[in-house]
Amino acid sequence: MIRYIGKRLLMMVPVLLGVIVIVFTIMYLTPGDPARMMLGAGAPASAVEELRETLGLNDSYFVQLLRYIKNVVFRFDLGQSYASNKPVINEILERFPKTILLATLSVTISVIVGISMGIISATKQYSIFDKIATSIALLGVSMPTFWAGLMAVIIFSVHLRWLPASGSYGWEYWILPSLTLGLSSSATIMRMTRSSLLEVIRQDYIRTARAKGQNERVVIIYHALKNAMIPVITVIGMRFGALLGGSVLIESVFAISGLGKFIIDSISMRDNPVVQGGVLLLALSFSICNLLVDILYGFLDPRIKSQYSISRKRGWRRNAQAQ
Amino acid sequence: MDNVIEIKDLSIQYATDEGIVKAVNHLNLQLARGETLGLVGETGAGKTTTALGIMGLIPDPPGVITGGEILFEGTDLLKLSKQRLRAIRGNKISMIFQDPMTSLNPVVTVGDQIAESIRIHEKLSRAEAALKAKDMLELVGIPGDRYGEYPHQFSGGMKQRVIIAIALSCNPEVILADEPTTALDVTIQAQVLDLISKLKKEKNTSMILITHDLGVVVEICDKVAIMYAGEIVEYGSLEQIYDQTAHPYTKGLFGSIPDIEAKTSRLKPIPGLMPDPSNLPEGCSFEPRCERSCQLCKEENPPLIEIGNGHFVKCHNYGKVGEGEDV
Ligand SMILES: Nc1ncnc2c1ncn2[C@@H]1O[C@H](COP(=O)(O)OP(=O)(O)OP(=O)(O)O)[C@@H](O)[C@H]1O
Ligand SMILES: [Mg+2]
Repeated sequence: MIRYIGKRLLMMVPVLLGVIVIVFTIMYLTPGDPARMMLGAGAPASAVEELRETLGLNDSYFVQLLRYIKNVVFRFDLGQSYASNKPVINEILERFPKTILLATLSVTISVIVGISMGIISATKQYSIFDKIATSIALLGVSMPTFWAGLMAVIIFSVHLRWLPASGSYGWEYWILPSLTLGLSSSATIMRMTRSSLLEVIRQDYIRTARAKGQNERVVIIYHALKNAMIPVITVIGMRFGALLGGSVLIESVFAISGLGKFIIDSISMRDNPVVQGGVLLLALSFSICNLLVDILYGFLDPRIKSQYSISRKRGWRRNAQAQ
Repeated sequence: MDNVIEIKDLSIQYATDEGIVKAVNHLNLQLARGETLGLVGETGAGKTTTALGIMGLIPDPPGVITGGEILFEGTDLLKLSKQRLRAIRGNKISMIFQDPMTSLNPVVTVGDQIAESIRIHEKLSRAEAALKAKDMLELVGIPGDRYGEYPHQFSGGMKQRVIIAIALSCNPEVILADEPTTALDVTIQAQVLDLISKLKKEKNTSMILITHDLGVVVEICDKVAIMYAGEIVEYGSLEQIYDQTAHPYTKGLFGSIPDIEAKTSRLKPIPGLMPDPSNLPEGCSFEPRCERSCQLCKEENPPLIEIGNGHFVKCHNYGKVGEGEDV
């Protein structure tokens, strides 16, 4: 297991390098001059040229790329923001906690709501509850999150005046954004739980459990749910990974200064080091989420867990043959 | 002899997209205490459906029990509340399932799956149940220290043994064994059958053994019921079925198994196929394949009649002229 994790971590390196190269290339090819953006349209051409020289923007593509990779790999240095002149790493870490908080809160909400609704809906298939729940879920999947967020603000902040509309100055500021985000992704989780559970409930081993005289609640929670969770966990993991990159729209609607909004703003300002650093962090958190999900599979399903150690056994066999 | 199980006029249907599948039709069956009844029939005859009906485990939807009674020690299981039925399932009546590969939960250890059924019906602590589950494992010939392993670490035969251990763990009065050996190779088959009959004798359990293997029937059954298209076509003691075979289908079944002693005679399979249970003929369901079919057979489904001490047959032509010649 530990070897498996180590191998997976090692496999992340080429992925992250690839991400660096791709993002760097895209930003390099995008029209627009960062120096010009920083100095403003009215600045003299000589000043712009001078700034380009100091930022190293006049070097060739390969020189710039290699310099960037060298700094990231050997010095963990993501460079400095063009806009603020502060280290990119500090700028990102300043905003990351808010993004993590929002992601954690909303994923927790969506897991609790989505899984429990999915269970009820699957066990009472075709009942009124199931029909209502699946319709709401369909609505939830097709409703744009930012629109739901705006509606929530209009209802709960403007009309009812229960909760603040924007900012992030205390716990009450987190309620609306995390509920909006959480409930909207609970729809996907609910649908996934429902269909996966319906599939599992038809299996022979569920019949075996019932044949023992086990009551229905235990059959579902103990026997069916663990088997049904694998696809659901995949969805949850991807959702969490994506939210760690920041939820641009919700952060904008609720004026939360998180990572998503920061990266988008930096793109429009051609703040290349920030964009590159941000995307790298996003790729990293996504890969880690993926790994965590795969490890979790192993805990849910002993068959998968035994596969994790197979590569090691094969290795043994190969060694034995070599000798 | 008292009957532990008495099925009266049981009908079970599945509603599918292609139509209504009449899997079990007006079925009557008795199982006496301590007796082993062989339920024989080709694939799709409704054997598993009958057993699931007794367990109250017909998948619903699409399955519905449309009529009849299933008496267990005099009480109709179909009228019991879910809760009272659960107290019987796995405790008084238990089932050994047909497919060992899919009948065990892949994410729960085999030991826990046995202990679970013990803990449902007996007031034991977790540790006591685990101890008893270990004993059950050893009883079916698996070392007790494999308690903590998962089904995928077991061979097919061992899984079947685990399923048997689950079924026997609460000393049931009735075992429904649904082809407990078809998934196994011949040597293991014999072992498993020996095991079941040994355990059964020790505890004086009654058993319905579902199979399409007549050889197995001869070895361990007292009574035999031949099932065809959801109906019992012949029922009687082992001797009656083998020596005084009365129904043309039963005769056909014997004709289609190879006989080592009579090496010369070729295998004589029954021509044709069992009728589609969603579209059963009006008259006798075996009529289209029957050598002796007559006009009456086409028009009217024959009743099950008693032709000798506890020997029943469902055929219009029984006892008519010419009966003697093909016995
Ligand atoms: N869940 C189901 N949905 C629809 N039809 C079903 C279902 N289960 C069984 N049937 C149908 O009911 C009929 C009887 O099936 P059953 O499983 O009882 O046969 P069987 O005698 O046990 O056969 P086998 O020897 O192959 O196990 C078949 O025609 C089958 O197609
Ligand atoms: Mg069957």
